[in-house]
Amino acid sequence: MKDIQEYEKDIASIRTMMERSVKFISLSGLSGVLAGLYALIGAGIAYYIVYYPNPPIGFRLHYVNEQTIVTNLITVAILVLVLSLGTGFWLSSRKAAKLGTTIWNKPSKQLFKDLSIPLVTGGLLIIIMLSRGYFGFVAPACLLFYGLALIYAGRNTFAEVQYLGFIEIGLGLLAAALPGYGLIFWSIGFGVMHIIYGSIMHFRYDK
Amino acid sequence: MKNPFENLDRVLEHRVRLQIMSVLIANESYDFNSLKEVIGLTDGSIASHMKALEKEKYISISKSFIDKKPNTKYKATERGRSVFKKHLDALEELIKLQKK
Repeated sequence: MKDIQEYEKDIASIRTMMERSVKFISLSGLSGVLAGLYALIGAGIAYYIVYYPNPPIGFRLHYVNEQTIVTNLITVAILVLVLSLGTGFWLSSRKAAKLGTTIWNKPSKQLFKDLSIPLVTGGLLIIIMLSRGYFGFVAPACLLFYGLALIYAGRNTFAEVQYLGFIEIGLGLLAAALPGYGLIFWSIGFGVMHIIYGSIMHFRYDK
Repeated sequence: MKNPFENLDRVLEHRVRLQIMSVLIANESYDFNSLKEVIGLTDGSIASHMKALEKEKYISISKSFIDKKPNTKYKATERGRSVFKKHLDALEELIKLQKK
């Protein structure tokens, strides 16, 4: 028979094991902040490509119809995506090493699988939209599918990820209802929200 | 009232075995290497505990190959789940009694 403290430790270790085996805990908060910064810089460049010298608020959809502009915007978007994923991977593997675990484990594989289904679906839809000229719905579709992906995948990581997902969906619906303001909502959703979310996570879990 | 100590499971009194069962209760199935990583022990010591749990029929094992590499998956059996639940209830009962 064991001491009562030992039984308390047993219960604590059940909780830890259950959480650690299901949740991906190496997700770095700082990488969220940096992804937000990249998104804002990307949005700034997009603004120069599409609107300059007009103010970003206003219905300017027709400017997007030129082929070179579309190609430039897609290049900027892909750069932002690659930089964000790269930074996320790099900082999360550093955090994983500090926690004494690895970045490619069972919970992270599940997270990756759950994220990729809605994101690939959304990505393909956006490519179809671009090829058919529905530019006005690209920003709302980005936000909506990203939000759905976060809510779906959030069960395998910190609960805060799901809250971020709900905010992205709200912004996506607003962007769909207010065509022509896509870039603004996109900057809030991918830039500002990531910076806020990343800072909260950094101070809550990474300190 | 029944003594909650009697409801404790002897096999699960060992913490590593309790930890292995916790992982298998929370997940549909888990492979050996991932289990090793979560619990943080060497191959040999985990393997001996897995054998003990298998002998009691608390877990089931399925072996397959992924890219020609052997992949061993573990699952909690119904028996394992009910024993774990009973053990956990007994632990909670003990701690409650202590706080009275």
